[in-house]
Amino acid sequence: MPGDSLNINNKAVAQNTYDAIVVGSGISGGWAAKELAQRGLKVLMLERGREFVHIKDYKTAGYNPWEFPHRGRPTQEQLKPRPVIARTWGKSEGIMDYWAKDSEAPYTEIKPFKWWRAYQVGGRSILWGRQSYRWSDFDFEANAKDGWAIDWPVRYKDIQPWYDHVEKFAGISGSMEGLQHLPDGQFLPPMELNCVEKDVSARIKDFYKGQRHLIIGRAAHITAPHPDREQCQFRNRCWEGCMFGGYFSTQSSTLPAAMKTGNLTVRPWSLVSKVLYDKDTKKATGVEIVDAETNKTYEFYSKIVFLNASALNSAWVLMNSATDIWPDGLGSSSGELGHNIMDHHYNLGISGDVDGYDDKYYYGRRANGFYLTRFANLYGDKRDYLRGFGYQGSASRGSWSRDIAELSIGDKFKDALTEPGPWKIGMGGFGELLPYHENKITLDKDRKDKWGLPILAMDAELKDNEKKMRKDILEEGKAMFEAAGIKNVVTHDGGHEIGDGIHEMGTARMGNDPKTSVLNKWNQVWDAQNVFVTDGAFMVSSACQNPSLTYMAFTARAANHAVDELKKGNI
Amino acid sequence: MNRRDALSRVALLVGGSVIGAEAFLSGCKTATKYGESLNFTPEDIAYLNEVAETILPATDTPGAKEAKVGEFMTVIVKDCYEEKDQKTFLEGMKKLDEASTKKNGKSFMESTPQQRHDLLVDLDKEAKDYGKTKKPEDPNHYFSLIKQLTLWGYFTSEPGATKALRYVAVPGRYEGCIPYKKGDKAWAT
Repeated sequence: MPGDSLNINNKAVAQNTYDAIVVGSGISGGWAAKELAQRGLKVLMLERGREFVHIKDYKTAGYNPWEFPHRGRPTQEQLKPRPVIARTWGKSEGIMDYWAKDSEAPYTEIKPFKWWRAYQVGGRSILWGRQSYRWSDFDFEANAKDGWAIDWPVRYKDIQPWYDHVEKFAGISGSMEGLQHLPDGQFLPPMELNCVEKDVSARIKDFYKGQRHLIIGRAAHITAPHPDREQCQFRNRCWEGCMFGGYFSTQSSTLPAAMKTGNLTVRPWSLVSKVLYDKDTKKATGVEIVDAETNKTYEFYSKIVFLNASALNSAWVLMNSATDIWPDGLGSSSGELGHNIMDHHYNLGISGDVDGYDDKYYYGRRANGFYLTRFANLYGDKRDYLRGFGYQGSASRGSWSRDIAELSIGDKFKDALTEPGPWKIGMGGFGELLPYHENKITLDKDRKDKWGLPILAMDAELKDNEKKMRKDILEEGKAMFEAAGIKNVVTHDGGHEIGDGIHEMGTARMGNDPKTSVLNKWNQVWDAQNVFVTDGAFMVSSACQNPSLTYMAFTARAANHAVDELKKGNI
Repeated sequence: MNRRDALSRVALLVGGSVIGAEAFLSGCKTATKYGESLNFTPEDIAYLNEVAETILPATDTPGAKEAKVGEFMTVIVKDCYEEKDQKTFLEGMKKLDEASTKKNGKSFMESTPQQRHDLLVDLDKEAKDYGKTKKPEDPNHYFSLIKQLTLWGYFTSEPGATKALRYVAVPGRYEGCIPYKKGDKAWAT
């Protein structure tokens, strides 16, 4: 394993030297490694957690429901070291050890914050929701038009070819809709809406005169032959890992492509504690790691460093780096590092009953739903808050867990439950959160993790704009369902703690001005231009679309720019 | 089948003599105590199986007992339940049997299938009524826990998922709109 030599002599330095170091192996880290390795760079990918091998380590993925000792429910023993995940809906017997132990790496909640962490090769790419939507110029221009925060340094035309590039490789299924606010892409065949969803879509379109769109979700699932992977088999067991490679993950997609080049080395159990910075050249020279198993410290060297440790952890690495020059860390000269943290509205929704369709059913388990696209504050629509939201949901028939009013127990009750129940429909809102300087993460210097490293303190909350939008999400959702003939429509808002949307972002934003941003438009740290941050940290606003596809596109763009700059001798 | 008949059948099966027959017979007289601890006994499991079977009896498809729902309940209660629900469940095992004595003059295990059924209909109503005014911090009703575990344990078991419902491990495709006719079984997952 690289780094085994303790004495840093010249030979060891040579052994520990690569062209590029990628910190993190999730969605964006996988992309960085693949692009850099395919361009011929020798790449070291560092992952703080364990090795996690495609197929082999998806222990429960082939289980039938009855083969789980607890039929999918987590045990108290599994929950105990994971108090954060215990507060979420993400706890399921088969995947509990995919989540990090919060007890080993705690964080301080100045305000309530849910931080879902998966520390193993592949990171959260195994566990993501797979919804994949492009941004449009409505999103890239939003800050400038609203006069909020700072302008994005890029526009759709800059990123469009990179969306094309990543979609073709990742495999995104979806329908061409011609919507200006949700650009079409390089899609594999779409999945299908079911009968009820199709009719609800048509009724909403009709009622709102073609201005509102309920479409099939755009999902990173293979729905047509795709190199080196098998098609989605509609088992809906994605989170355990897919033995078919039916959905995009580091393991199914970017990692094998990167390995194929012969240029990639992966080192698990490598907790990057800082970026090594040379004040004379004003560049990074590599990184320092703590081996998470042995607690030993090592240094690795490279010409470029990509931080893809997830929005919060990449900011944390920067805060820990070059503190002799900048007390608040590398990239802190603007005063924005760790600030402007965003997420998406989550944990609120609308549901109701659908009359009829008793003679209709579906086949297969579609790991996808419908997407009701944004309409607020678009095309002349004006609300008492900024930005917008979408909804994701599905219609289905009642299962055995439903109540049957006139039957309580016994043979008739049992027989009734063996048949599908009436149709129901539900959807959850996903909405944009604004960036606020005061929503931030900082180092809590009084507390340490298992490895003696400082931990993060979270201090972020929803504000007035978000609260107004939350209310509107429910009101508009209810109105649309009622317009579509749904009965007994109810709304619920379970409240939102930042992190609930699992879309934390914005802690090292990009911009045109080093005085107000941490990164330039190519994701380079202004203060050390051979350091790139291409996970959610770079985001300047959050839009309302699921962000992973955008992280992929920016990462591929930045990686290719890095290689170009390296070849020109600019970094 | 009464207890004496049952005993003679067992005796036939094992070739004429039953060790501990006296204890088995006298069991009719001293009430069995259920739910003494989380180390569930074979008697606990047998009892829970009969409760579950009353909720989901064998029809033209297997019942809860064949799906080993009694054992399933003990595993979940022991490993997954929080302390509060564990307590409610253990006490509930006793309360259910007491309710049987009160209503039918005999223990649940001694009751006829019809008596068992009528008892659980009452308890289901009691639990639903309790649920209507229950605050989130109030304890769950024990029968709600038992019923929930029974349904979940049964319909996710192999007999439940594959015989009472339709289970396809690898569907291979999705079709959003297919015909359904009354009597077709629901998908297991």
